[in-house]
Amino acid sequence: MTAIRQLRPAQTIQLVIAHLVLLAYTALAMFPIILIVINSVKSKRAIFTTPYAMPNSNTWDPIGYETVWDRASFPSYFQNSIIVTLASLLLIMLAGSMAAWALAEYRFPGNAIMGLYLALGIMIPIRLGTVSILRLVVDLHLVGTLYALILVYTASGLPLAVFILTNFMKQVPRDLKDAARVDGASEYRIYLMILPLVRPALGTVMVFNMIPIWNDLWFPLILAPSEKSKTVTLGAQSFLGQFVNDWNAVLASLSLAMIPMVILYIIFSRQLIRGLTAGAVK
Amino acid sequence: MLRTLWANRSKFPLHIIVFLAPAVIIYSTFMIYPLIDSLRLSLYAPDDNQQEVFVGLDNYQKLTTDDLWQPRLEGAIKNNIKFFAIHMLVQNPIGLLLAALLSSQFIRGRAIYRTVIFTPTVLSVVLIGFIWRMILSPLWGISADVIDFINANIIDNLNTLGFGIDAIENQPWLGLENTALPTLALISVWQWIGIPMMLFLAALISIPDELIEAARVDGATAWGVFWRIKFRLILPTVGIVGVLTFVGNFNAFDLIYTTQRATAGPNYSTDILGTFFYRTFFGIQLTPGNPTMGATIAGVMFLIILAGVLLYMFGWQRRILQVEY
Repeated sequence: MTAIRQLRPAQTIQLVIAHLVLLAYTALAMFPIILIVINSVKSKRAIFTTPYAMPNSNTWDPIGYETVWDRASFPSYFQNSIIVTLASLLLIMLAGSMAAWALAEYRFPGNAIMGLYLALGIMIPIRLGTVSILRLVVDLHLVGTLYALILVYTASGLPLAVFILTNFMKQVPRDLKDAARVDGASEYRIYLMILPLVRPALGTVMVFNMIPIWNDLWFPLILAPSEKSKTVTLGAQSFLGQFVNDWNAVLASLSLAMIPMVILYIIFSRQLIRGLTAGAVK
Repeated sequence: MLRTLWANRSKFPLHIIVFLAPAVIIYSTFMIYPLIDSLRLSLYAPDDNQQEVFVGLDNYQKLTTDDLWQPRLEGAIKNNIKFFAIHMLVQNPIGLLLAALLSSQFIRGRAIYRTVIFTPTVLSVVLIGFIWRMILSPLWGISADVIDFINANIIDNLNTLGFGIDAIENQPWLGLENTALPTLALISVWQWIGIPMMLFLAALISIPDELIEAARVDGATAWGVFWRIKFRLILPTVGIVGVLTFVGNFNAFDLIYTTQRATAGPNYSTDILGTFFYRTFFGIQLTPGNPTMGATIAGVMFLIILAGVLLYMFGWQRRILQVEY
């Protein structure tokens, strides 16, 4: 309050305008999402007659959710998405931190070239190699399996992960590693010892990769389109395409796919935003 | 010679190889090899026996001159440029404005605004596409209500102040050839605005306070401080946002596929390189896929993206360095 009172009148007007702009944009960001969620539990009639009203006992009708439950296997889609995302993140962080450690810690012939080679993929989208990725996956008999997705996402996430982690690992103090070496620790042990020290960078790597992997449509569509390997994103896409004229089902499936993400996001938003901005400043 | 090489190799510490191996193997097999192999495939075409044979640059020539391919390529590139231009003109300036407002310590509830405005960015493009298809559907009539509201409350008031603005007319925004692409670009802006906002915000809050205070003492206005000091200091971020937008847009696919299907209707008016690539490579309906022509389109996309990235690296970054020193 005191801070506001000290402002000159012109500054108070500026402050009011700033809040108005931010509020207007906040409304624009939330309006479509809220509209979908509140209408997902209404009867078809109410969706069209009173779309802006909150659901009440007269308009309440979860028929859309029943259709989704009967006709689509969302639990299995969620399971696939969770497996693919977690396995890819784990592999990116493990393989990425190992390679970053080698690049940051040891002077060996070809170090700089190896760093450049691994960084090439930061700016080049992996999608451009799709024709050959599909052939490779067919040759390896991995079509329609989650392994194909996991390996592709790991490959595309590695370049940025190695880049961020190498910069971070170079800052770990020498003394620590030298003390461990004097104690006779192996190089593998020292790597494991350093890992907890670069947790913030690992967090950034996780944040950068998690959302794009979970939300990707392209590779599930091309590499794993079968019913048993569908991810949530692809499952929602094909369900929505089939039921496009059943408003209750469309609104319910949109809400079902959205709500877990929004809840997770709200819980982890602080970490997510910190990770994003930390990576950006680097 | 061979012996010394071998001796050197045996001296190369095993643990370095162990540390590098997993990343190098996965990355080389599933990213670098496919990218190179796909470029190779763009130089091949199936012959009469469905055997792929080397044809040099014939596919590229076909793509740029053949009556069936050339209009599609030209259309996709033009649409992609429009799609990118709308992002640069709408998404990034608004992202910068929001970041500038959120970086002021006088604004209360900054964390809440920031969190809420970023929400659409964490949702998948598939959901965003269908959400907006519903909202814009003439059947539901939400867009008509919103437009009536804007006409009655904003445009009428501005007009009583002397502005001569025409009322907005509601249209089937995604169904008309001249409105579908701008509408989709604005939906994409709505979703992705969180990224430039966050990158600009991170850059703005890392500017040391002393610099700003010094300018304030010299009597500079907030507006002057922003453009003459802050904006110049965040120029590197402006470049990063620009190149990320470029790569993202020239590689976009999901939103168009979700809302307009692979045919990118109406009448190809929303066809961009990503949908053109998918359609050609995978085929649609009765048209079978054509992997080598698909690889050729990927080759064109690769060249465009590479040109953009190189322009950024050697054009923008070098000039920024000169400005700094």
